[in-house]
Amino acid sequence: MSHVRRERWIAFFILLPSILLIALFVYGFIAWTGVVSLSQWDTVMPDYRWAGLENFRRLFEQAQGVAARRFAIDLWNTLFFTILFLLLCVGVGLLLAILLDQKVKGEGVFRTIYLFPMALSFVVTGVVWQWIFAPGTANYPRGVNALLHGLGLDALRWKWYTDTSGIGPFHKALIPVILAAAWQLIGYTMAMYLAGLRGIPEELREAARVDGASEVGIYRHIVMPILQPITLSALIILGHTSLKIFDLIYTMTGAGPAFATDVPGIFMFETTFQGNHYAQGAAISIIMLVLVALVIVPYLVSTFRREVQL
Amino acid sequence: MRRRLDPWRIGIYALLTLFALLFLVPVYVLLSSSLKTFVEVEDLSRLWSLPSGLHLESFRSAWFGIPSKGLRGLSQNLLNSVYLTVPATIISSVIGSLNGYVLAKWRFRGANVIFPVMLFGMFIPYQSILIPLTQTLATIGLGGTIWGLILVHVVYGIPITTLIFRNYYAEIPTDLIEAASIDGAGIMGTYLRVLFPLSLPGFVVVIIWQFTNIWNEFLFAVSILQKPALQPITVALRNLSGSQIQEWNMIMAGTLIAAIPTLLIYVLMGRYFIRGLLAGSVKG
Repeated sequence: MSHVRRERWIAFFILLPSILLIALFVYGFIAWTGVVSLSQWDTVMPDYRWAGLENFRRLFEQAQGVAARRFAIDLWNTLFFTILFLLLCVGVGLLLAILLDQKVKGEGVFRTIYLFPMALSFVVTGVVWQWIFAPGTANYPRGVNALLHGLGLDALRWKWYTDTSGIGPFHKALIPVILAAAWQLIGYTMAMYLAGLRGIPEELREAARVDGASEVGIYRHIVMPILQPITLSALIILGHTSLKIFDLIYTMTGAGPAFATDVPGIFMFETTFQGNHYAQGAAISIIMLVLVALVIVPYLVSTFRREVQL
Repeated sequence: MRRRLDPWRIGIYALLTLFALLFLVPVYVLLSSSLKTFVEVEDLSRLWSLPSGLHLESFRSAWFGIPSKGLRGLSQNLLNSVYLTVPATIISSVIGSLNGYVLAKWRFRGANVIFPVMLFGMFIPYQSILIPLTQTLATIGLGGTIWGLILVHVVYGIPITTLIFRNYYAEIPTDLIEAASIDGAGIMGTYLRVLFPLSLPGFVVVIIWQFTNIWNEFLFAVSILQKPALQPITVALRNLSGSQIQEWNMIMAGTLIAAIPTLLIYVLMGRYFIRGLLAGSVKG
């Protein structure tokens, strides 16, 4: 065996434990969860008797009562949460990055302030925003309601994350949760956009100015097209985060009244570890996995296909 | 010196300042509430006002607990977080470094498939592996233990640590490796003599990233560790804030205690923190 070939084998053996661990803990366990989702396991004791797709069917059942429709509610909540959260993160993140790119004094301070929530636990964020949006009662307002009361703006008081009303399938109670999540992750998009903006050579903008382009025109026709791949990455990373979000909402509001702030992550956790309905919990998690995979797999494939071409 | 009053620039600073103030609202809430007495924090007419003085009793309660009300202190949980985070961070950084080296410099057939397949592991919703995971940990005798949780963080940390190190090593000229190879150094010799000494910035990024993530993590911890005395601080904090008795000054003090380690790292080493952040978006 040649020297190089021997070295390649050693290289492979260095990687092997990681490959085996990932094969078992990621792919093996996913398959195992798949088996559980098709089983009758409904107590603390494992029970692998075949149930077919019954656990999935039950999730989509059109039955009466909120509890029976919990999963449908969760999917709507996830949809609205994802859309609004992404809009806020991309919109505000881009705005802040462009503002910071205007050669402002104290840029470092502003950047630090916008980005520090990224260093915190979702649990920390959840606790603080739970306090901020706690509605209190009519006579004893808390949080923002207390602030509004103090300002004489009682008309603007509402029940925040304890509100059960909505517009169609959209629960207004999600708004405070979305704001908290955006507070934590806007810094992420801002940092990505800022890195992108800093990568644009000044000569490019200078050339456009010489050609008589306005500042707004430069952003529209030069900067934004360059930033487009960053927007795509941000949407995929944050989008998949919001599909599996758990800690923040679990800490801040939990499932909420009539599941107004419930998401599949919470449903799965409560069903499995508090209700011991393991098969049902497994079915929820498989659906979560499929949703995330639909977003992530094309992203990984396109990223690595591009790399192989290089 | 004449100051040019450009309305455009004033607008930029006004917007930046407005957003900065909004971003700092939770910090104000945390600091002001944690410095209040219990009577003061429950006075709904003064919820948003500054504390009447620097009352530190809340930190005392958060640290030692309030046994009379059945509230546990967080000191043990903070220690648990340290016991958990430090070994898990070190082990997963070393594994990531070796993997990243192999993938960046010893490309073998199939590596271009193995790597993305590995990376998928960092995006999955962990709910989808949680049931087999808790079963397996129980079977191998690590259920409900901090060691079990360390193992979990090491395993699921493999994709991200490998990714960051692979991209880091890709920047190091292959000539260096080849020179060492000509000198007769084997793959491990090259790693120890050439790569490892150049790895410090890579290790800083990965260690900061892993430390922050593992310290802040909640789902694995709450699913694996049921004993309150073993839980890391995130789980204990959520139990505190979700309990019937809400001592808000104590809760906010506890929140600050939970947040300070990662905040300190961010403030002191922000540059490296951002690098880890941007590395996570897989620029292959």
